[in-house]
Amino acid sequence: MNEILKERQNQVVTKGKDDVAIACGKASLAGSVSQRACVFCGSRVVLYPIADALHLIHGPVGCAAYTWDIRGSLSSGPQLHRLSFTTDLKEKEVVFGGEPKLYQALISLIDQYKPQAAFVYGTCIVGVIGDDMEAVCRRVSKEKGIDVIPVMSEGFNGTKKDGYKLACDALSNLIGTDNETEVPEHSINILGDFNLAGELWMLADYYRRMGVNMVACMTGDGRINDVRKAHKAQLNVVQCSGSMVYLAKDMKEKYNIPFMKVSYFGIEDMSDALYEVARYFKSDEMMEKARQLVKEEISKLIPALQQYRKDLEGKKAAIYVGGAFKAISLVKALRLLGMQTVVVGSQTGNLDDYNLLKDLCDEGTIIVDDSNPNELSEFVKQTGANLFIGGVKERPIAYKLGLGFCDHNHERKEALAGYDGMLNFAKEVHASVCSPVWKFMRGPTPTLPKVEGERSLSKSPRRGDLKTASSPILLPKKSEFGE
Amino acid sequence: METPISKDKSTHPASLPPLWAEAGGGSSSSSPSFGGGRGEAFAINACKLCAPLGASVAFKGIRGSVPIIHGGQGCATYIRRYLISHYKEPVDIASSNFSEEATIFGGGANCHTAIGNVIKQYHPEFIGITTTCLSETIGDDVKFYIQKYKELSEDENLPHFVNASTPSYQGSHIDGFHEAVLAIVKSMAEAGERGEHINIFPGFVSPEDLRQLKTILEDFGIDYIMVPDFSETLDNPIWDAYKRIPDGGTPIERITKCGSACASIELGTIINKGSLSGRVKNTSNLTTAGEYLQEKFGVENCRMPFPTGVSSCDAFFETLSRVSGKPIPMKYTKERGRLIDSYVDGHKYAFGKRAVVYGEEDFVVAMSAFLNEIGIVVALAATGGESFKLEEEVKKYCPENPDSITVKNGWDYELIHEWCNENKPDILIGNSKAYYIARELGVPIVRCGFPIHDRIGGQRIKHLGYTGTQELFDRIVNELIGFKQDHSAVGYKYM
Repeated sequence: MNEILKERQNQVVTKGKDDVAIACGKASLAGSVSQRACVFCGSRVVLYPIADALHLIHGPVGCAAYTWDIRGSLSSGPQLHRLSFTTDLKEKEVVFGGEPKLYQALISLIDQYKPQAAFVYGTCIVGVIGDDMEAVCRRVSKEKGIDVIPVMSEGFNGTKKDGYKLACDALSNLIGTDNETEVPEHSINILGDFNLAGELWMLADYYRRMGVNMVACMTGDGRINDVRKAHKAQLNVVQCSGSMVYLAKDMKEKYNIPFMKVSYFGIEDMSDALYEVARYFKSDEMMEKARQLVKEEISKLIPALQQYRKDLEGKKAAIYVGGAFKAISLVKALRLLGMQTVVVGSQTGNLDDYNLLKDLCDEGTIIVDDSNPNELSEFVKQTGANLFIGGVKERPIAYKLGLGFCDHNHERKEALAGYDGMLNFAKEVHASVCSPVWKFMRGPTPTLPKVEGERSLSKSPRRGDLKTASSPILLPKKSEFGE
Repeated sequence: METPISKDKSTHPASLPPLWAEAGGGSSSSSPSFGGGRGEAFAINACKLCAPLGASVAFKGIRGSVPIIHGGQGCATYIRRYLISHYKEPVDIASSNFSEEATIFGGGANCHTAIGNVIKQYHPEFIGITTTCLSETIGDDVKFYIQKYKELSEDENLPHFVNASTPSYQGSHIDGFHEAVLAIVKSMAEAGERGEHINIFPGFVSPEDLRQLKTILEDFGIDYIMVPDFSETLDNPIWDAYKRIPDGGTPIERITKCGSACASIELGTIINKGSLSGRVKNTSNLTTAGEYLQEKFGVENCRMPFPTGVSSCDAFFETLSRVSGKPIPMKYTKERGRLIDSYVDGHKYAFGKRAVVYGEEDFVVAMSAFLNEIGIVVALAATGGESFKLEEEVKKYCPENPDSITVKNGWDYELIHEWCNENKPDILIGNSKAYYIARELGVPIVRCGFPIHDRIGGQRIKHLGYTGTQELFDRIVNELIGFKQDHSAVGYKYM
């Protein structure tokens, strides 16, 4: 495959063909148009849903502007997380230092918005000019009496994963600061759900129906005061292992709270997520309730899925998402719809995830780490996929090639987790794969002459050429001219 | 462009302000503490983006181009994501992917690798490298890196390289855009015998606008060079096979002829003057591509607002006619007639309505001029840009009651929000980011400009020419009519 840069060749394997372990967790290659972002992005997306905190981005305007209201994380109360605060650094601060500006910004914004805590994100430039963010945060914290937590997330300082870790550290600082509040028996924290399109509310309801209480969700519909008492829970249930497993491990070490990895996508994984919790609490009653719940939900869901499955049976899908754990669930969910996964990859998967994927997938499936548009387009062409599941950056690639697309990203407006989510997923996949519009893309285009003139244009830049080159189809009629 | 930072840093310690005192602000700001519209140390929901975004868009408008952002991986990814959400197109922008080592020891090796990998994968004709806050501050010399790459490379068909200095802490995306246009023209324009062709610098408008401008020029029979031309590269038709580099863009060979054009038409009157804000020294000589060509090659530079509205369109068409010596095609006389006819049909629904116009400075000037001529009151004209020229320009092109217009520089969406809550405008006109304000106020928003993230077709919105104005006029007036109808006690069937 000459489409893959030499340095990246060990980050792509084909099941049944390549026997080597996939290389992953590497920094992106310069110039490869990676779909990944940076350390700052990792921290920002994880902490973003905490709705009653001030999120101040210390840097020039871009980092804040590009992350304004970027996630579909819903809040049942305050909406402070949906505002984009930036110190909007200018050349002056880059030269003389941005500390005074940061201090002033924090003081004014805390006075105005009265947040429960503040997170201050350091961007590339802050790392370079050496602002002492920690000192400023300490000072403001003392003056204003709230936690002001510096997140030193300079973009260049690692990968998106390192940003996750920094976010977990920030949360870890808050956890354990409320020892007063008592929590009921059978209490869990949900880690790694971001309440996209209200998914957390659905999950919390499932657990509630089983008799399980949620102390804190980190970070969907998050609240500072919930995070403070998170150490009171008896179990951490971790989704999106890429971002939150650090925190789960940290809490295991500090508070001896065990954790389990789950996924809420697809019937199998969703149900397992409920059963595993019941099993952990060793409660027959809870298990029975879980079984009852699953039975109820599935008996509604399966018949509803049939109409979609009928049309989707045998279609092929390509998956490229942020975390590999999500990809695993998607492979299973697609199977439930009768679809086969032919390409699967992630931005930040680890070796365990990829091994799981390899076991799960059919022969010939391409498995890839940290891919780019060139490779992805090549893979879908090779495999003849009908559907692509990915984020915003993958969408136009799929569309340009005439593939259906399912948005499985952080800004989605449809809940895809849980049983209702499975139905939404089927609907969305169906709506895209079965749309009649694709027939125009694959059919011949007899009336449109190929635009070949572009290159010859440069050699003979005469007026006549210019016309034919730039608008071969809609040449103006001479009669319309005033000449 | 000079990057004074590393030099200045060493000569400055004595004059550093005391740590917690207010830092000195922009000299022309009314609230001195930190400059900008708030006069405060922060922005909430900024009404601007950073310079590398604009530069990347400009570089996308050259044929066979792949932009590289010399900085952290996130810059390229965020900017791609932002652009993709607007253009609904693949937007490949490479990154030199700074690591900690690169930040400490310089980004030369990363720049080299990035160029090599882009060439290997894309075989581009053109590589445009934009800098970032990170690479500018550590003093990376991209020009030197390019030179070195060329020296070391054995490839005989290397692409053409252009680099633009676009630290994110200087100006906004618009300034980055114009900086890249200037860099392109500077690196390629050559002297030559004066031709009949003209240069057109359209500014940051939509791909549909670029197509509209090209059609107008072709209908005139004018030989033109448009820099940049992303009418196709950022709005491609469907493809049979994936294209690593989309079709379209200004051919490099054409740009060399910019120096021998008979005139340049530069759309926008503020252009890149915002990039002076927040600088340590406001002495650097800001030039635009049109000014550069005039100075260096004697190409007459005709600068005018975006042709939106009858008056601005007239000025544009008359200028085209004058510089080309050709009459205005009848087609446009008719379009103009139809537009004015529709003005008459719709005037009562528009008159006296109070609009908020926001976004990039030249967009705000053009839109204000248009609204002013149809009787809509521009209650607020606001921008995140900080050229401090907006007021003068808006008032210059709004002859009807110019003093009733409130003009605000360096504003963010939260300031616009507060203003709207107090002043209750009837309609918002601008990009999609103020939707939340319109929603809260319960008034219509007419989406135009950049970005449009919550609707399809942002790349196909036409703002320019008589037909572009026509589309805007119809949309605005129909929104106002529809609003009245929706809120009437009876659902009437005639206007």
